[in-house]
Amino acid sequence: MDGIADLGGTDGWGPAHPPPPGEPVFAEQWEGRAFALTLLSMGRVSGQNLDAFRRALGELDRPAYFDDGYYGRWLNASEQMLVESAILAPGAVDARARNIRGEGVQEPAVPEPNKPDYAATGPGSLRTVDAEPAFAVGERVRAKDISPSGHTKLPAYVRGHTGVVEVIQPAALLPDTHAVFQGENPQQVYSVRFDSRELWGDGPDTEPFTLTIELFESYLEKTA
Amino acid sequence: MTTSENTDRIPPALRTEALEQLLTERGLVDPNVMDKFIANYETNVGPLNGAKVVAKAWTDPEYRQRLLADGTAAIKELGFSGPQGEHIVVVENTDTSHNVVVCTLCSCYPWPVLGLPPSWYKDPVYRARVVREPRRVLAEMGLELTDDVQITVRDSSSEVRWLVLPRRPAGTEDLTEEQLVPLITRDAMVGVAKVHAS
Repeated sequence: MDGIADLGGTDGWGPAHPPPPGEPVFAEQWEGRAFALTLLSMGRVSGQNLDAFRRALGELDRPAYFDDGYYGRWLNASEQMLVESAILAPGAVDARARNIRGEGVQEPAVPEPNKPDYAATGPGSLRTVDAEPAFAVGERVRAKDISPSGHTKLPAYVRGHTGVVEVIQPAALLPDTHAVFQGENPQQVYSVRFDSRELWGDGPDTEPFTLTIELFESYLEKTA
Repeated sequence: MTTSENTDRIPPALRTEALEQLLTERGLVDPNVMDKFIANYETNVGPLNGAKVVAKAWTDPEYRQRLLADGTAAIKELGFSGPQGEHIVVVENTDTSHNVVVCTLCSCYPWPVLGLPPSWYKDPVYRARVVREPRRVLAEMGLELTDDVQITVRDSSSEVRWLVLPRRPAGTEDLTEEQLVPLITRDAMVGVAKVHAS
């Protein structure tokens, strides 16, 4: 799915600015609470994993993704994961928030939990893969020009473009299936190097630079 | 005056408080553990860790080699590891080669060495544009690179995390490792700034 999170190369954001000095880790107190709630509720409480969290982020609507900033979108994705796992009823957070400010609304009943049937085969995201890598360092590879209907970490801006394998990185579980509890399916991961003119065209406005990005084996195909 | 959906939207601070109440009253989350998480990332896990790594690499050539060959292991030698640091790759900036790190899909960042990402790193402006016009974006952020400097953008799209080993500035030859540490900034270790001698 070409979710809202896939921002690479998109237009209309205006200028960048020099980093502000002395920025606190959490600009407001609630941001720290939202951060900790997300980390603590992701695994044991909701039964959901890190890739499911990233999928939930990508499924947010525009206001939920952008309007409350980074930790606002964490909060919204956490709530979504908790609702998906039926730890919370839909609308439970809003109802409680209204009651905190004294509106006296009816809160929905606590549902019967329905966590995903999922257990990690190991810690973190790195795994070993028995099969030999399909692509070699130095080999030209093309990022597939596909638009998957579900979660993926193949950004739109590299699809259909050809690069060169720079490094074979440690194998890792595949976010596309891990995010929806359809298996870890560990794959080789490649850092692929692209020329800026391959990504953005030969025009006079294209800056000369190179870019590397980590791509899972199933995102790539041979060029010949 | 009419009520629109926008004015009716509940602010995130209040919704965070509501979510915390709902989870703590059922014993699903412990507020004391939350406090510890927050304090840890406010005080212990931050760019000072990365600065120690860089200062050691600048003053210990063998460490520098180990760091560039296997970042995760060399960083762990100094005691830094943990979430978002499963596999850290360190790349070196030189007079003619400049690396800059981004995560276009979210805001992936090497927490054990840099802490939580700063606002500009999470900003759609940076995520969208640095993979398309890095030289212009860096200039807008205050880093002018001459045309002979080759730029490599590192988009952290999987679990690999990137740390930039900045160039040691001229005029710091007499400084010790400990004296170098405070010069080394978070922004230089992501690649949007240089380290300055003072």
